[in-house]
Amino acid sequence: MSERLPKTNQATSSREPLLAVDHVQIGYNVDKKLNIAVRDASFEIFAGEKMMLLGPSGSGKSTILKAVAGFLKPVGGRIVIAGRESLEPEPDRAVVFQEFDQLFPWRTVEDNVAYSLRVTGRDKREAAATAKRYIEMMGLSLAADRYPHQLSGGMKQRVAIARALALDPLMLLMDEPFGSLDAQTRSRLQREVHEISERTHVTILFVTHSIQEALFLGDRVVVLADAPSHVQEIVDVSGADDPDSEEFITLRRHLRQLLAEDEQDVHHAVFE
Amino acid sequence: MVFVGIWQAYVSLFDVSPLLVASPLDVGDSFIAGWTSGELASATLLTLKILGMGMAFGMTAAAVFTTVATWTRIGEDVLVLLTSMLNPLPSIAILPLAILWFGLSSTALVVVIANAVTWPIAINLSMGFRTVPSTLLMVGRNLGLRGARMVKDVLMPAALPHIISGVKTGWAFGWRTIIAAELVFGVAGGGGGLGFFINESRYFLRVPDVFAGLVTIALIGIALETLFNLIEKKTVIKWGMKGEAETDTTPARSQ
Ligand SMILES: Nc1ncnc2c1ncn2[C@@H]1O[C@H](COP(=O)(O)OP(=O)(O)OP(=O)(O)O)[C@@H](O)[C@H]1O
Ligand SMILES: [Mg+2]
Repeated sequence: MSERLPKTNQATSSREPLLAVDHVQIGYNVDKKLNIAVRDASFEIFAGEKMMLLGPSGSGKSTILKAVAGFLKPVGGRIVIAGRESLEPEPDRAVVFQEFDQLFPWRTVEDNVAYSLRVTGRDKREAAATAKRYIEMMGLSLAADRYPHQLSGGMKQRVAIARALALDPLMLLMDEPFGSLDAQTRSRLQREVHEISERTHVTILFVTHSIQEALFLGDRVVVLADAPSHVQEIVDVSGADDPDSEEFITLRRHLRQLLAEDEQDVHHAVFE
Repeated sequence: MVFVGIWQAYVSLFDVSPLLVASPLDVGDSFIAGWTSGELASATLLTLKILGMGMAFGMTAAAVFTTVATWTRIGEDVLVLLTSMLNPLPSIAILPLAILWFGLSSTALVVVIANAVTWPIAINLSMGFRTVPSTLLMVGRNLGLRGARMVKDVLMPAALPHIISGVKTGWAFGWRTIIAAELVFGVAGGGGGLGFFINESRYFLRVPDVFAGLVTIALIGIALETLFNLIEKKTVIKWGMKGEAETDTTPARSQ
């Protein structure tokens, strides 16, 4: 399978960032008062890159992702995607959520994927064929006719990833998609996503608070600091995929220091 | 079956006056005669027609109210106020007012039925809309769904368990109300529906016919209950959506 190669290659060659988050400030209205959740965030993502957003709970990771997705409007700064600014939610930034209830319960696995393709303009035949392809790619063929309530948590997240990938988006936005899974399923899905992203060169913005996950999946890691939230450092981790390698261990120590959770083993980090 | 046997035995053994309790055999005869002669059939059809119209108006009104209420803050307050005022009121109680406004016509009945079904459906519908998972709404927006498309493709199906139980309750209220209203109309000398049929049969001491009318009411009740259960089985139960949403949000109430 060789989906989306043209688009990414083209963008990569001209070193314009696909996404530019430029001194962005985001807040929530609480009782008619603006609560600043992200004070100042800046980073750029280039096409084909896997950018991880790492930070402690409440540091504004989801808030930044939701702003990129278009669900929240920044109160300051700019978010520019492929040259466009002030964006509404659109399927060109396909979101995978942490929650298992992100699938339409009244649609089968296959129809969840095919429906998303139909409402975004593909004709019926094409939608069905594409849906089949991505369902197979995520190893879900045997479950294609099942309804979401008949799936395990890991399978549901696979469907959500298949649905997002099938949309052939400019970038994939993933908000702790494996945060509610058991450790085993999580590492299996991490490997799958890693493999797929190597093959398809899909651009990913991935929220996590696991250092191990950030190192394994990411090319670069935006480390956020807590309250008032801002970018602490952007770390290049592109070489560190093998958990036993020297580089992995050095980077892990570095990220741990940044997060100031030295003693804690990330494998046992508490997920909400 | 056992019940019918005991009923027949009671009537035969204790020599009960046929003017008080008809035997099942007589009721069976009247039931068949009523349906073949068309008398019972036309009465039933008329009742169902008025009920259907009332339900249609009531459901439309509920959909409009709830949509407006969901969209606007003030609308929600008004809906809460109206439902808390009108829902506990036995719907038959507004019959005199309806007669005053629309005369002894089927319009008055339709108005009473519409009022009876609007509120339980509106309550359930607004509950259904409010409990749609926010993740699902974000997925819809992410796909570029807006306005009517969002309502049709996400909100409505997500609220379906509540919608079905709303219509179920609405129907039960409407059904009781129309029979009661027709009994009143029968006394007043108008109408022609199932309630009227029963009342008229009582007047002319056709006791088996009274029972045949009651049996018809019960059978229609069972048929519709079965239909609703079938719809639920083919939809919300099959989709695993009927769990917590199962419980009816309308407080029980009798006419
Ligand atoms: N809907 C909301 N209304 C008001 N405040 C919010 C809302 N969502 C988040 N916040 C606040 O914004 C800040 C950042 O929250 P956010 O959810 O982005 O954190 P996060 O880094 O994703 O944390 P976690 O790892 O726990 O998911 C927090 O202080 C939180 O209380
Ligand atoms: Mg979060």
